[in-house]
Amino acid sequence: MSAKCAHAADGAGAPAKVPVQPARLAKGGLIDRDAPLEFTFNGRRYHGYAGDTLASALLANRVRVVGRSFKYHRPRGVLSAGVEEPNALLEVDAGYGSEALVRATMQPLTQGLTARHTNSWPSLGWDLGRIVDFTRPLWRAGFYNKTFMWPGWHWYEGAIRRVAGIGRLPAAPDRRSYYHQNLHCDVLVAGSGPAGLAAALAAASSGAHVVLVEQDREPGGTLLFEAGRIDGETADAWRLQTLHRLRQMPNVRLMPSATVTGYYDHNVLTVHDRVDITHPQRAVERFWKIRAKEVVLATGAIEQPLVFAGNDRPGIMLASAVRHYIVRYSVTPGCRVAVAANHDEAWRTAFVLQDHDIDVPLIADVRSEPGEAVLAEARRRGLEVRLAAAITNTYGTKGLRSIEVGTLAEFVDGTRRDTSSVRCDALAMSGGWSPAVHLYSQAGGRLRYDSTHGCFVPDRCRQRVRVAGAANGSFGLGAALREGHAVGAAAAEAAGFATTARQYGHAAEADDYPVSPLRAHRFSSADRQWIDFAHDVTVADIEQAVCENYVSVEHLKRYTTTGMSVDQGKTSNLNALAMLAQLTARTIPQVGTTTFRPNYTPVTLGAIAGARSGELYAPARRMPGHAWHAARDAVFDSYGDWLRPAFYAKVGESREQAIRREVLSQREAAGLFEGSPLGKIEVVGPDAAEFLNRIYVNNVLTLKTAQVRYGLMLNENGVVLDDGVFTKLADGHYLLNTTGANADRIVAWLCEWHQCEWPQLELLISPVTEQWAALTVAGPAAREVLAGIETDIDFSAEAFPHMSLRCGLIEGLPARVQRVSFTGERSFEISVPADAAETLCQRIERAGAPYGLVPVGVEAVLVMRLEKGYLHVGSDTDGTTNPFDVGFGAIVDRKQTDFVGSRSLRRPNDQRVDRRQLVGLELLGGSAPLRAGAQLVESRGTGYRSVGFVTSACVSPTLERTVALGMLEGGLARKGDVVTGMDEGRQYRLRVVSPCVYDPAGERING
Amino acid sequence: MMQLQCPYCGVRDEMEFRFGGQSHITRPSPEATDAEWADYLFNRDNLKGVHAERWYHGFGCGRWFNVLRDTSTHEMLGVYRMGAPRPALPGKDGETP
Repeated sequence: MSAKCAHAADGAGAPAKVPVQPARLAKGGLIDRDAPLEFTFNGRRYHGYAGDTLASALLANRVRVVGRSFKYHRPRGVLSAGVEEPNALLEVDAGYGSEALVRATMQPLTQGLTARHTNSWPSLGWDLGRIVDFTRPLWRAGFYNKTFMWPGWHWYEGAIRRVAGIGRLPAAPDRRSYYHQNLHCDVLVAGSGPAGLAAALAAASSGAHVVLVEQDREPGGTLLFEAGRIDGETADAWRLQTLHRLRQMPNVRLMPSATVTGYYDHNVLTVHDRVDITHPQRAVERFWKIRAKEVVLATGAIEQPLVFAGNDRPGIMLASAVRHYIVRYSVTPGCRVAVAANHDEAWRTAFVLQDHDIDVPLIADVRSEPGEAVLAEARRRGLEVRLAAAITNTYGTKGLRSIEVGTLAEFVDGTRRDTSSVRCDALAMSGGWSPAVHLYSQAGGRLRYDSTHGCFVPDRCRQRVRVAGAANGSFGLGAALREGHAVGAAAAEAAGFATTARQYGHAAEADDYPVSPLRAHRFSSADRQWIDFAHDVTVADIEQAVCENYVSVEHLKRYTTTGMSVDQGKTSNLNALAMLAQLTARTIPQVGTTTFRPNYTPVTLGAIAGARSGELYAPARRMPGHAWHAARDAVFDSYGDWLRPAFYAKVGESREQAIRREVLSQREAAGLFEGSPLGKIEVVGPDAAEFLNRIYVNNVLTLKTAQVRYGLMLNENGVVLDDGVFTKLADGHYLLNTTGANADRIVAWLCEWHQCEWPQLELLISPVTEQWAALTVAGPAAREVLAGIETDIDFSAEAFPHMSLRCGLIEGLPARVQRVSFTGERSFEISVPADAAETLCQRIERAGAPYGLVPVGVEAVLVMRLEKGYLHVGSDTDGTTNPFDVGFGAIVDRKQTDFVGSRSLRRPNDQRVDRRQLVGLELLGGSAPLRAGAQLVESRGTGYRSVGFVTSACVSPTLERTVALGMLEGGLARKGDVVTGMDEGRQYRLRVVSPCVYDPAGERING
Repeated sequence: MMQLQCPYCGVRDEMEFRFGGQSHITRPSPEATDAEWADYLFNRDNLKGVHAERWYHGFGCGRWFNVLRDTSTHEMLGVYRMGAPRPALPGKDGETP
């Protein structure tokens, strides 16, 4: 509308430097006119004031189109003034990095803020995507299953996916910090409107620890913009006094700019706190977990739109939002603002507009008999009223210019008579209120349909929660104050506090507006009547869903995607299910609601992650000798939780060359390897041997002191769980070694068997992994190297055979030395107290230098174990592998007593001879790099059948050929066979051999 | 997030514990038939109502214990040590399987 509004400030009263904000009223509002702020929208500069939201500042500058709709790319304006906003979703950078899909209605205006529209190309004014709107029959609900079926969905999928979706991911790094915090309290109050303030005050005056959470940056809820008097004062004066009192109380924590986003079991609530987000220097978001003894939900209600043709045009706004913008921000959404409603409460908007000298050309109410009080007031004010009237269409390309109003009765028979056009540039609409029952429902609370108010209200809940005010369906200021006080006092008492306070804050009953909406009927083109603005769902989509028998509300939601956008249907779900009820001739309670799930409003991924990003995402465990490895140019890699040297890089060496050098050095001379992550568990007690004999497949009872034995653990299903060695330190004292990745899991598992199954066995289980560093000296020169260090242990072959343990002093340190090997060489695994690792590494390095000892990384060890054919649980085994499959059948058969998993091994399926079994594989012809995961196949008919796969493979530096292990059907009986391997289209011929291809007689290991 | 009453440490958050499934499962002797063994390995009650179950206080005392929990409301109706018999719940026994 081009005509200037008489009421607009035109710069009068504002400092001369500040440019005109054409829709800003001359006075009033909770904004600071002495603090002008500059911001840009789509590159254009505008001004607002401190206290504005981005939405109120855009409206003050009469920016009517703020975005394009999701599917039809229709111009859209601001609909609401709160969290429910479905249209004004902008890309915003307030100085700490860009964020997509920010609700302009919740974004505080800051100096230098930049905002950009979403979902329009090439520009907001001229959007090519609008073609979808003009071809809309193609794009109804479920269109991708129907319209684009020929010749096939995949022909179109790429193009459609490109235009689907909304918003852009920020390219620049996020400059915010995120933290998690925890809190306990007696009473948590969600919402600081009249009910919330009254509840917080009642609870806090008992001495209870109260947390009051408010999603707006300014507490007060509707008190910020609604008229009404409390205890003879204005609502805002009472609000400020109450806040002052609460701030004086040490037992009250007030959390503004924070949203309760989820309500979980046993009264845990999550809170997304953005109070510090407007400070670019220290932009912080916090995510709280608050455990409250008692909870009060005073979350208010969300106004619902009316459904009529063209109800999505910019300038059409929720009635309460119009009041909100005028009173709180001193901004008018238009110069001539019509009001359309289906209940008394919305008529207030007309009165507020008139009080601010804004033209109200019409109040249209679909009811024929509105409340007498509002009708009398409208007449007194001389306002034009049409009853039993509904809006039949709206006009205006880039914003509302006029509406067409007709009498309801005339549309029942589908004929149009007596429609009249009303010129207006804004429309305040209200289709009733829906209590914000989201948190109550998340808490497990049941809802009940309140037919008087036309909405779902809380009914009953098992959790310790109470609801007050509009959230409870108790509308009106007086009711909110009364109920808030009662519920706050009751919550404090339930938390163990005595309350004596009388109610503070009373409002006259006249403030209670009865809300009893009559829902509009369908009387104009269904595909122009929007239900869900955010996802562009119209009445036609609902009709189509019903037509195709999607009559369950959960099916309707998923088929039409109504309520599934960023706003989660805060302004659409009720209308959608009311429409569904109408179309299927059911009542609204019969249709029911969809499930409310966390989060109530979008939570940034950063807040959910908290400090757990970057290096803290999965903190790596470092070995005791870490610094020593780092000083030797170790290239570290993650192995399970641990950061370990993969290999040591000499200048000019590739990864493969380094690994090869380390392997050959250990095979020809000696290597030093740190195996500290190796799991170490001590089991002590008179029944330790008996317990372990029930755990291991291997016989534990025959093991003598200072002997070491290889052990295999199964789960109760007979599947290989872990392997390692176990050592008898003394009678009733054993040391278990597990694979590094399983160390913690095996401890918990042993505890479970002891505590839950055999508690009568006397023993203690003690994890000692972190207490000991493990350094392995291995290779033909190992003994010579150890001769150079100070020790009282005799390392000679006669005194210290393979698979035994010696304890003593090494360089003055208490040491346990196990002669065990994972690489097939003469090998001594030295355990010393963890803090001595670095010192001992240095001593061994010095002693080994004359013999060519090198540090050896994990990769070289894995190559050597593969040459030796040693099992690597987790690589060569999976969740189906039993001990027969990996060649331990003889051990199983020898064991006479029961052990975990033994009964499962007697099942027919575990005994099958054609199971996949571990074999060695020799590549015929060449040393091409075979890879783990390559399939073993046999011809069947015209194709192939998988008979197994390669589990580990490498090119052996020692043997100069490819060696591999694999699981092969009936493999144990197929030695010498040639099978076909397939790896990404390439074929290999592989001979089945024994897994051990290096020193099969074990001469080196025992030497 | 639930709260559990560890009989050794007191009330703690759920995240300190690990769930260990249904309590009072008897491990059959090795002479059990395949069907009996399979029943022990795989079959568990899946009930709505009071469930006797094991929990492990991993980030605490490291002890296993039993809990009676209502699976539909997460009400904690009792805690007892491993090996102790399931206590009777007055008025609640009608809901047990």
